[in-house]
Amino acid sequence: MTDSRSQILGGIAKSLGRISGDAQRAAARERIAAHARNLIPARAQLDPADQVRLFEQMALEVSATVARVPDLDAVPDAVAGYLAGHNLPAELRAAPDPALDAIPWDRRPTLTVSTGRARDADAVSLTGAFAGIAETGTLMLVSGAERPTTLNFLPDTHIVVLKAEQIVGGYEDAWDRLRAQAGSFEGGMPRTVNMVTGPSRTGDIEQTIQLGAHGPRRLHIVLVEG
Amino acid sequence: MESTAHSFPENARRALQDDTLQYMLAKSRSGFQLRRAAAAQRLPEFEALRDQGRDLKNHVLEHLDVYLEMFESKVVERGGHVHWCRTAEEAREAILGICQKAGAKTVTKGKSMIAEEIAVNDHLEAHGLIPIETDLGEYIIQLRKEPPSHIIAPAFHVSKEQVADAFRAAHTDLPPDRPLEEPRELITEARLMLRRRFQEADVGITGANFLVAETGSTIIVTNEGNGDLTQTLPKVHVVIASIDKVVPTLEDVSTLLRLLARSATGQEFSAYTTFSTGPRRPGDLDGPEEFHVVLLDNGRSALLGTEFQEVLRCIRCGACMNHCPVYGSVGGHAYGWVYPGPVGAVIDPALIGIKEAGHLPNASTFCGRCEAVCPMRIPLPKMMRHWREKEFEEKLQPATMRQGLGVWGWFARRPGFYHAAARMTARMLRRASGSDGKLGSLPLPMLSGWTEHRDLPAPEGRTFQELWAERRGKK
Ligand code: SF4
Repeated sequence: MTDSRSQILGGIAKSLGRISGDAQRAAARERIAAHARNLIPARAQLDPADQVRLFEQMALEVSATVARVPDLDAVPDAVAGYLAGHNLPAELRAAPDPALDAIPWDRRPTLTVSTGRARDADAVSLTGAFAGIAETGTLMLVSGAERPTTLNFLPDTHIVVLKAEQIVGGYEDAWDRLRAQAGSFEGGMPRTVNMVTGPSRTGDIEQTIQLGAHGPRRLHIVLVEG
Repeated sequence: MESTAHSFPENARRALQDDTLQYMLAKSRSGFQLRRAAAAQRLPEFEALRDQGRDLKNHVLEHLDVYLEMFESKVVERGGHVHWCRTAEEAREAILGICQKAGAKTVTKGKSMIAEEIAVNDHLEAHGLIPIETDLGEYIIQLRKEPPSHIIAPAFHVSKEQVADAFRAAHTDLPPDRPLEEPRELITEARLMLRRRFQEADVGITGANFLVAETGSTIIVTNEGNGDLTQTLPKVHVVIASIDKVVPTLEDVSTLLRLLARSATGQEFSAYTTFSTGPRRPGDLDGPEEFHVVLLDNGRSALLGTEFQEVLRCIRCGACMNHCPVYGSVGGHAYGWVYPGPVGAVIDPALIGIKEAGHLPNASTFCGRCEAVCPMRIPLPKMMRHWREKEFEEKLQPATMRQGLGVWGWFARRPGFYHAAARMTARMLRRASGSDGKLGSLPLPMLSGWTEHRDLPAPEGRTFQELWAERRGKK
């Protein structure tokens, strides 16, 4: 296998007609260190209030639903109302995420909230988000001990609590925020970064879009404005 | 996969007579085209992004070895393993080895064209493992025991009635009289059946749309979420990727991501874009315990520095086939190997040889639409021409064609004879044509194939050169 490695790398250098790769190595290192932005669409550079509006509009376009609430105190009512409105059980599997600790679930005693990774029988999950990306209505979710990835994919309904201040313009802004918190992730990068844009879908049967192929059929975003 | 590219003409003839296929091709194509056009139009920066995407990948290809080394060192730093494979056999062996070491029985798979290229399913099955495709389209064609017919829509050619038949034949433990008319019912059933498989699997294999040198991340772009379940639930995650997938930074990959979904399905962004960096970390409640990246060359490095280097910019969006009149008439299977359509006509001869795949670069009208929509601005028609030249150099065309070209070449080098012959032929054909100015059949046997299915409009009388000389004389 090591042999294959040197043959592939040597073959590339030879095909490119190179003698030493030093200059190339330096150029590549520089590009990575600079991680300069390429062209950013104008749509990803709005002011914060417009960004929130664009995020909401784009999320709705891809069949997510959005409920705006004034603060975290209002989340339990919003979630309970959503579940009742869709005839879903009043049972949540939530991420054991400290960012969600401030949600006063005891205001809705009929709502059962357990935490941990998703199990097969869980119908509804609730997680936070790392960022919302306005340009395409995309959520950025990062894994960690307090944020199991299975919650984003196994349950039929995924509810995401997103703060307005977490909404950025473009993907690059989200990467910058991640780099600013590099210290919280081994090697600067979470094991899994999920960019989620609307619920699961497929066009594999006669190219007609159907929601809920393998992942969640419903993606509901509770947007906390305060 | 076993190639039938050498019998493209027969494959194509069969495809043209296949009513279901023709119905499916007609039904689905315009949708892809309209959605891509709308998405491109909605992003004013789209054309400028294409330029940047092209330049970025050119930079990567010129530095391919160093970015691969950097990618590898990051994967290893994060506790993952990298397996370098020169050939399909090496890659199959590497994957089998990982599965056997894990004591695996069931292996779930996300969609991967590289997995098709190396035919890993057959290899795993031959060694007693059970590979299960989890992308709905791949699952359908796995049940139907056929290869994909499109790089992003593997079951592009299958009607919903055929899907229902395949499900009834395979899912025998479900009530036989259940309704399966609607796509919704089919999807619900596939979801249910595959959920069981996700839980059983010991190893999950996915492809990668991109690899990031900066972080050692592999990226999958999907809509269903099957790829994520495939890589999150089993204890081992194997990523299989070709060496051309590496990109320097997260910023660079963001640029390519802005192009990919819009060009492929016309979506602004696919539902799931997932970055994976190493195995499960201390304290994690889920995720794979092992993370392997199988890096496949399979002839790609040899394309660097040749007239085909630029095809390695391809991000496998499928736009070229969605807009190709030849693909639109015969579908993907006719091409006979993994990559159909214009990109296949360029890459298949490179990977399996011009002798086997020589028909493919000829299966083009040179209308240029593939290049016009390719997000990476790959000059596909020019490369098909290069293959035609190679085919000629290697004397692979039929004797009549070579003789014809030889005769033409003789005249082309002798303008006096050429013009005289052209004048004579034009007048002869004019006289031979009917009152409608059309020729129903051509006199020479080697040309009659052309008029078998259509008329040849007869020349009006004088040649272009004559008219041109006359115009110049008037001035
Ligand atoms: S050649 Fe261009 S259009 Fe075709 S699949 Fe590749 S990137 Fe897409």
